[in-house]
This record gives sequence, C-alpha cells and structure tokens, in this order.
Amino acid sequence: MAKTIEQKQRSWLSEKLSSQTFWVFIAVVVAFIYLSFATDSFATSKNLYNITRNVTFVAIIALGMTLVIITGGIDLSVGSVLVLCSMVLGVTMHAGYGIEVGIAAAIATSLLVGLVHGILIAYVGMPPFVVTLGMLSIARSLAMVASGNTVVFQFGPDHDLLLALGGGAWFFGIANPVLYMIVLALITGFVLRWTRFGRYVYAIGGNEHAARLTGVPVRPIKVAVYMISSLSAGIAGIIQTGWLGAITTNIGTGLELQVIAAAVIGGAALSGGVGTATGALIGAALIEIIRNSLGLLGINAFWQGCFIGGAILLAVSFERVRNFRQNDE
Amino acid sequence: MAKSAKGHGEAGQSVAILELTNISKHFGAIQAVNDISLSLAAGEVIGLMGDNGAGKSTLVKMIAGNYRPSHGTMRMEDKELIMHKPVEARQHGIEIVHQDLALCNNLTAAANVFLGRELRLGLGPLKILDYAGMNKRAGQIFAELKSETRPRDLVKQMSGGQRQAVAIARTRLSNAKIVLMDEPTAAISVRQVAEVLNLIRLLRDQGIAVVLISHRMPDVFAVADRIIVLRRGRKVADKKIAKTSPEEVTGLITGAIEQASS
Repeated sequence: MAKTIEQKQRSWLSEKLSSQTFWVFIAVVVAFIYLSFATDSFATSKNLYNITRNVTFVAIIALGMTLVIITGGIDLSVGSVLVLCSMVLGVTMHAGYGIEVGIAAAIATSLLVGLVHGILIAYVGMPPFVVTLGMLSIARSLAMVASGNTVVFQFGPDHDLLLALGGGAWFFGIANPVLYMIVLALITGFVLRWTRFGRYVYAIGGNEHAARLTGVPVRPIKVAVYMISSLSAGIAGIIQTGWLGAITTNIGTGLELQVIAAAVIGGAALSGGVGTATGALIGAALIEIIRNSLGLLGINAFWQGCFIGGAILLAVSFERVRNFRQNDE
Repeated sequence: MAKSAKGHGEAGQSVAILELTNISKHFGAIQAVNDISLSLAAGEVIGLMGDNGAGKSTLVKMIAGNYRPSHGTMRMEDKELIMHKPVEARQHGIEIVHQDLALCNNLTAAANVFLGRELRLGLGPLKILDYAGMNKRAGQIFAELKSETRPRDLVKQMSGGQRQAVAIARTRLSNAKIVLMDEPTAAISVRQVAEVLNLIRLLRDQGIAVVLISHRMPDVFAVADRIIVLRRGRKVADKKIAKTSPEEVTGLITGAIEQASS
C-alpha cells in the first residue's frame, strides 16, 4: 500500500516536472521575485494592478484559442474580431440603445464570425490558417465600415455603466477584468476536464480520423470550438471597451500573435491534442511580465517583439525535444 | 477442430448469426464485390483472405455499415439487416477493430476504450465524465483479456500488443456478437502477434464470431476455423481450415488455382 502511494507521488511529481506549464509557472515566479528586488516600481500595488488587468485581455482570448489549438487548428482572426465586436458594441450604444442590446449585438457578431469559421473549416474543408487569415482582414474592414473609421467614445445612456463594467474594481479592489478572466478560466478548465465536449476536443486533436470512426461528432465540435474562440475575442472586446472608454479601429492589431504565444508558451501543442486553461493564463502572465519588465528595466520597447517571438520559439522547441525523447523510447 | 467446438451450436450444425446472400457492390462501373454468399456462426473465427483489391475491405465495410450493398441481402439472427451508418452496426452488435486501431495517443487507455460512448454522472443539470467508473470498467475488460494494460496509462506509451488490447477492449463494452478485425497483426512484433491471437481466441470462447482479415498465412491458420478467399470480388474458396493448406490458399489468392475443390 505504502509502495503504491509512493509510486503515485513519484508519477505525480514526474508528471509535473515534465509539464511545460509547470516550468513556465516557475519562470513567472522567478521573474516576479527578481523584478521585485531589481526595480523599485515593479512590486508596487499600482503596477501589479496594471499587470493583472493588462494580462486579462490576452488571457481571456488565449482560453478560447487553447481550445482551437487543442483540436489542431489555429485562429488568426481574434484581434480583428475583437475590434469588430467592440465597434458593434460602441456603435449600437452610441445610437442610443442600452448596454444589454449593445452586448447582445457584440456577442451575436462574435458567434456569427465563429460560425462562419466553423462551417468553412469543418464542412467545406478549408484550412483554418487560410479561413481565419481571410477573416482577419474582413473583420477589421467591417469595423472600419461600421464606424466610418472614427473613434467612438460616447456610449449613449449606459455610458457610465459600460465604463464601470470594464474599468471598475467591485470586489476587494481586484480589477473587474481579472474577475471575468478567473470565472472564464474556471469554466474553460471545467469543460475541458469534466465534460464529454472537452474529451472530444482532445480526441479530435489527438487523432481526428479515429475520433470520427468511433462516433465523435467531429464537425459540430469543431464549429463549436471556433465559435468559442471568436466569443472569447468578443468578450475581451466588450471588457476592453469599458476599460479604455474609447474604440479606435486599430485596437487589437497584432493581438493574435500575443494570444497564440500565450497559449503555446502555456503548453498548448500546435500539433494538437495538448493544452490546458491554466496554461493559457500562465502563458499570458509570462508575456505580460516580459512586456512590463522591459519598460521598468529601461530596455527600449522596440525589443518587445524579439522577446515575445523568442519565447514562442523556445516553447515550441521544448515541445519538439519532448517528442524526440518519446520517440526514442 | 476440437478447440472451437464449444462455441458452436450443440447439434453439430452451427447456427448462423450472420447470413449474406448474393451480395454485390459496385462503384460506378467497378464491381468491387460480386455475388458473394457466406454465413457466420457464433464462436467461429473466419479468416478472410485475398490480394489487395480482391474486395475484402468492401465486404467488411458493408458488414460494418459503411457501405450499403448494391444487390443481395444481409440477415442477422434471422432478421434482415439494413444499415445506413456505422453507428447502426454497433447497435446491432457488430464491432470493428480498424487496421490503424483508431486510437488517440494523447488520451488514456480508458478514455480510448470509451471514446464516443463515455460514461457520465449527473451533477445537477450538468453531466460530467465518470472517470472512476470508466477506469474501473476498462480495468475489468483488460483483466478479462488477460492484458497488462493499465486504464490510466497514455496510449502514446504503449506497445503494439497493448494498443491492440485497447482497440479490442472497445468491442467488449457492448455485447458484441460479431467482431471484424482488419489486419490486426500486420505491423507488430512476433511476441505481440501471439498476444493478439490469444485475444482472438478469448473472443471466440465467449461465443463471439470473429472475421479476421489478414495477409499473414500463419496467423490465419493458427486461429481460424474456416477460411474464405476472395479474388477479383468473387468468393473462390470457403473451406474448413483442416481441409486446406497454405499452399492451396496461396494458389487461390494469386489465381494459380481457379476455384477451390470443395
């Protein structure tokens, strides 16, 4: 009996030690401690408040992206879907409708975009890369059309409510976006671990052909996954609108890179079949700490792209090394 | 052969569980399967042999519900069998072990066994996966199959024989009456072949009819009770294993012998 417990603990430990998410978490903690001592401004409550709030937008979309990546797909359109949904929200509310109508319209837009992705990818059989690349262009263009390429900063009768929703801190001084992120991460984690839907998402990424042969409804699941990804971008857009208090048509440009980086650094495998909600959050946290610390350490902000890109390459190379090792056995 | 006697009907003459009558299948102008009749009894292992393109896969895919026959009838336990989807075959008690095994490497053995028919528990309005229940049941099946596969291990880490056991364990979830196996011994080591052949014998001893598609003559002669040879869509032999020889079967497959002497 004692032996089996020992075995269990050893396998638990070895599982943790071989998981990328664990090491990235260690990196986050180490960076955190280092920056607390190396700079005066890092561990201040104001900076930590900023970091936790900034991390949420990337993290929320990374949750949806993680599902897509687990199925072996990719969604490049999230940055543009974010601006489109923000714009739909802004234009609707600016026209005098209430916040409920605005949010409903924004969410419906995101689900519609995801549905189009899903149908083209799962039923028409187009590659996810191409479909979502096309939508990256289309969605931002539609956002410009909807707004006439102007800045929207007046949100009608529920203006203050929208700003409080995104910019407030209703619970123990934690920024509202952080709360939304935690709730959404818990839901995503639960779905992946405990529902049949989550199991099918992993199965499709592991071996799509096998999933189909064993009766998994592969196509509907894929459609749902792309809808969830777009929905997460839409939700992030709504929250970000409330936080920024204004929408320009260039927000979210290049965001897909950060989101995919967060998911991959957090352990999601681009080859499919692997990924977790926790990983998405930890990956997003590492990216935000890199971004934040570069500024605090006095490094030119132009270097940011190098560090984030380097982190992606490092994460993917870890994945390769692990696969080599398994194939050797 | 004495070893197979216990699976058969008591009165010597076995009861047909599956009966195909004059089955044909054509795809456009191509006649893949031509006027084949055969019967399959409970607890019987049939070796289905033939060269590439002889019609083995097409025939099996009709039994598995992937294709509908162009002509002819299929009867299972004296009822006409008409299927539109593979899921319906499963409901009738026909299970297939695919050549590539259809396993997800990133999932555990138990998750693979239950893939597509997960056990779930009610949690208020939600239904959650019953990990404990699935691991327990999968463990029982592996024990029945005398396999050392552990339910919680990832399939990625398994040997070819263990992977076969996982794929075969799926057929034990339902009360399968017929198990179709597509080239189960094609790509595994000698020791693992023996494991798989034992699994087939275990299925047979439980009264399950097994159709074994294989190119490997020794494997077919080791487990099959009867051998059926197809050539160019036609059945050219249907003989008890004791009444034929590897030489004759080879001749029938290649066409050196036109039709088996019965």
